[in-house]
This record gives sequence, C-alpha cells and structure tokens, in this order.
Amino acid sequence: MSLRIVVTVKYVPDATGDRHFADDLTVDRDDVDGLLSELDEYAVEQALQIAESSDDEVEVTVLTVGPEDAKDALRKALSMGADKAIHVEDDDLHGTDAIGTSLVLAKAIEKAGFDLVVSGMASTDGTAGIVPALVAERLGVAQVTLLSEVAVADGAVSGRRDGDAASERLSAALPAVVSVTDQSGEARYPSFKGIMAAKKKPVQAWDLSDLGIEAGEVGLEGAWTKVEAAAERPARTAGTIVKDEGEGGKQLAEFLAGQKFI
Amino acid sequence: MAEVLVYVDHVDGAVRKPTLELLTLARRLGDPVAVALGAGAGATAGVLAEHGAVKVLTDEAAEYADYLVVPKVEALQAAVAAVSPVAVLVPSSAEGKEVAARLALRITSGIITDAIDVEAGESGPVATQSVFAASFTTRSIVTTGVAVITVKPNSAPVEAAPAAGTVEALTVTFSAQATGTKVTGRTPRESTGRPELTEAAIVVSGGRGVNGAENFAVIEALADSLGAAVGASRAAVDAGWYPHSNQVGQTGKSVSPQLYIASGISGAIQHRAGMQTSKTIVAINKDAEAPIFDLVDYGVVGDLFDVVPALTAEVNTRKG
Repeated sequence: MSLRIVVTVKYVPDATGDRHFADDLTVDRDDVDGLLSELDEYAVEQALQIAESSDDEVEVTVLTVGPEDAKDALRKALSMGADKAIHVEDDDLHGTDAIGTSLVLAKAIEKAGFDLVVSGMASTDGTAGIVPALVAERLGVAQVTLLSEVAVADGAVSGRRDGDAASERLSAALPAVVSVTDQSGEARYPSFKGIMAAKKKPVQAWDLSDLGIEAGEVGLEGAWTKVEAAAERPARTAGTIVKDEGEGGKQLAEFLAGQKFI
Repeated sequence: MAEVLVYVDHVDGAVRKPTLELLTLARRLGDPVAVALGAGAGATAGVLAEHGAVKVLTDEAAEYADYLVVPKVEALQAAVAAVSPVAVLVPSSAEGKEVAARLALRITSGIITDAIDVEAGESGPVATQSVFAASFTTRSIVTTGVAVITVKPNSAPVEAAPAAGTVEALTVTFSAQATGTKVTGRTPRESTGRPELTEAAIVVSGGRGVNGAENFAVIEALADSLGAAVGASRAAVDAGWYPHSNQVGQTGKSVSPQLYIASGISGAIQHRAGMQTSKTIVAINKDAEAPIFDLVDYGVVGDLFDVVPALTAEVNTRKG
C-alpha cells in the first residue's frame, strides 16, 4: 500500500506589510513581500505527521498556484520535509477568484495523483476558507474540513471539528480533502539539514495547457465575481487616551455611559 | 417581486440572530424565502415570518445532522431549482461559507464571502467587504449566475416586518456524495450563559497582559456586568489561558460588535484583523506605545488589574 498526499499551499502578501490594490483591483503583490501562508504550515505539518506515523509508503507533494515568487512557499514546505513540489504558474492566472483557483488546484491534484489532499483552514490574505470545500466538490470526494485533530488509518480519515455549537467527530473513506486549523499542532521549523535537502528536491512546473484549462476559464476574465471598487478605510480619528491615576476605570465608565453602552 | 433565498442557521428550531439580520438585508433585494433544515426546522417558521419571510421551505431529514455540509448543499440546490431566486444569502459561519461555496459551484454562480453590507444594484446585488485587516473596503458583484453571498454577523439591524411565512416542505433527493463524510459523534459546547462571540453586541477581550488562566475571571466579571461575550487574543489562547473557540483574530474569529474592549492586548496585526471593524473600540494597557491605541476611541494607559475591576464596579453601580 502506498499513500499519496497532496498539500495545497498559498504564497500570500505579508500581513505586516502595507497591503493594497493594483489599478485593476487585484491584490498588488509588487510592493509587499510574500511568504508561505502561516495557516498552510499546519497543513504541511499534519501531512508530515501522517507520513511519519504510517507503516505504508507515503509521498507528500506540496502544490501551489501562483507567480514566480511562490516558489519560496514551496521551498519552505520542502525544507520542512515534503518530498516534492508542483508549481502551477501562468500569466493568464492573474486575477483568478476562489472558484477559478479551485479549478486549477483540482486539475493539478488529479494530474499529480492523490489519496488525500491536506489544506490550511483558510489563507491568511483572503481568509474566506472556501477553497478546500470547492476542491472537494470539483474532485467529487469527501470533504473533512476544519479539523483540529486528524488521523489516517485503514483507508479512512477521521478527525475532530470544533464548531460554534458543538464539537464533532468526522470520518470518511479515502480519497478525501482535509483542512486543518491552527489547533492541529505546532508546525515544525525547518532544520539546517532540511533546508539543504530542499535544494535538491524536484519542483515541477506546470502551466494551464499542462492542465487542459483554457485561459478564459481563469484570471480576471474567467472570474464569476468582480470587484467594482476598493477604497482605503479612512484612518480612525485619534481617540481620547487617559493615563490611569486611580480614576481610569471611572473615567472609562463615564465614556461608556456617554455612548449609551451602560 | 423577485425572491431571495435565505439560509436559516438554527439550533433545534431556535433561529440565531445573524439569520434575522439576513432577512433585513434580503428585503432590500426582493421577497425573502427562508430555507430551514434539520430537526426543529418547522418550528422556525414563526420568527422567520415576523421578520419578513414570505415562505419557509423546510426539510427535517436526519442526513443534515448525520453527514457534513453536502446534504445542506443539495437542499439549497433543490430550493434554488424550486424558487429561481435573484440571490442566495447565507450567514458567514465557517459551515455557512462551505455550504454556500459548494452551492455556488453547482449552480454555476459566483460567490462573495464575509460581506458586511448588501444593497440592490443595477446589475444585481452589490456586496461590501472589509479586507486586509479592515484597512480597505471593497464593493463587489457576482457576474455569473445567481449572486451567492455570505454575510457576517452584526452587518444589519434586526427589523420586524411581518409576512406570510407559509411553510412548504422542500423535496430533497440526496446523492451518493451527500453521505460521504459521516458525523460519528457530537459533543455540544457547554453554555457559558454569555452571548455567542461573533454575534455579541459587546465583546470584552483579554490578552497577554491578563497573565494567567485564573486572572480571566477579571475579564469575565466585566463581560457579565455589560452582558458581553468574552474574547481572547492568540497569545492568551496559545498560553492555554482561554479556549480557542474564544480566539479573536486572523486565525480565530472575526468580530464586529458595537463595542470592543481590549484588555492587556498589544494589538498585533493578527488580532486587529479580527476586530478592527468594531464600531467603538476601547483599550486598557500598561504600555502607552501599544499599537492598539492607534485604533481606539477611548484608551486607558494603566494596569488592567486596577482599571478593569474599577470599571466593573462602576458599571454594576450604575445599573443599580
């Protein structure tokens, strides 16, 4: 038996940078450094843990869709311990929405071959958290998402999903799409050995034609939604700041009463 | 008039507030038709009718509780086929977004998530979103198919608007896919008696400065005096002082209450991403240089263990 795991990762603009929009209302990637989305590090970690705890032969492939620089995200995942990487890059992908991204990911996952797909719960830039569900829908396989605990055994994946109203135990037969939360387990730091080894690991490059996708199905033109306007939120007007010299609590109560909160 | 589908979030027939907010928004676009699924679905009709639902489509099949997400997708798909709506509105919970996304793909429609406002526009509904940790506001439309939009809690007032609320059974035939992910166990979250974090009008949060699980009692006492929900920063959650379900921020929950009180929270970008759209922001922190003070309407530089109990006492006194 062998188990093929594909981990989907995203290269995102650093949230501590000054993020803004380009003229075509897509995210401006030129002015802000990118990095592997932190939430995807948990996905890489869980894939590696599944591989380490398995008696079967397990191959962990990390997959990203993104511009040239997105290779950095793949390198990070490879240095953590993934076996190989796939980079889908094509100029026509510029402006692709979540629906289009799920198409590209699903086609690439099918081409790579898979038993299990592991994703982060959401990207740290868009934060919608819908791509894993969309990929499961596209692939026609079970969706086992938002897991804070995950295990694979006997051809099935199981885990715990903590919702607002209840904590649920889930189970599905493979193949399946899993997404994991930041509660699933601390992601490991790449070791020096891991970083050196990553340089020798294969990174496959695919474009849209490799996946049989027409340019018009993706990108801004193929998007099923359109951003019509983006405006910077006006800076908040400077608030009142007081130093507590024994009356801070009372003063704050006064403010809250003035705003009708008390 | 055009019909608008509203997905009903309820627990055993008790409708959660974000659904009532959606009905207010739906009325701007057309006649709201509510879709209530699972045990207790029929019991939701009364309150939905009071808030503008002209029709309530229900199905109480066990599949909605026994399997994850897909049965709900297939029910909404059946509802779309039955009603031909101009839009589908779904609450922006983690599950709501997954249901909406799969529905959108099935009916070849674009999806917009986490809207904070929805209005009628010339070419269909226009959704407002708050992005990049609330530093930008965008306005977007769906260009293909029916507009599927998920809306964050506290995005609209709950307004009564009595309507017929006629209950009709929704006929759903489940595919093999619907039963792909089995729910093998369910432990209901223990009620704290406090409002749900994402829906609360007031949120009181504690961070690194709270310095210990036992000290969260100080934060909880203030929350209870104000009828508020309790939140926690990632630092406090990672330290094990408060449950992850209460984490506010990029990797936790996004909240948008009328009033947000941050105590002992420095205001890292990850936290700001989850609370920056709050209407009024108050912070209490010893460090006058903490970035949270850039956001506040009112800030107190001081020890939270002095300020918070004094505030709690004052609130309780004023409430008499």
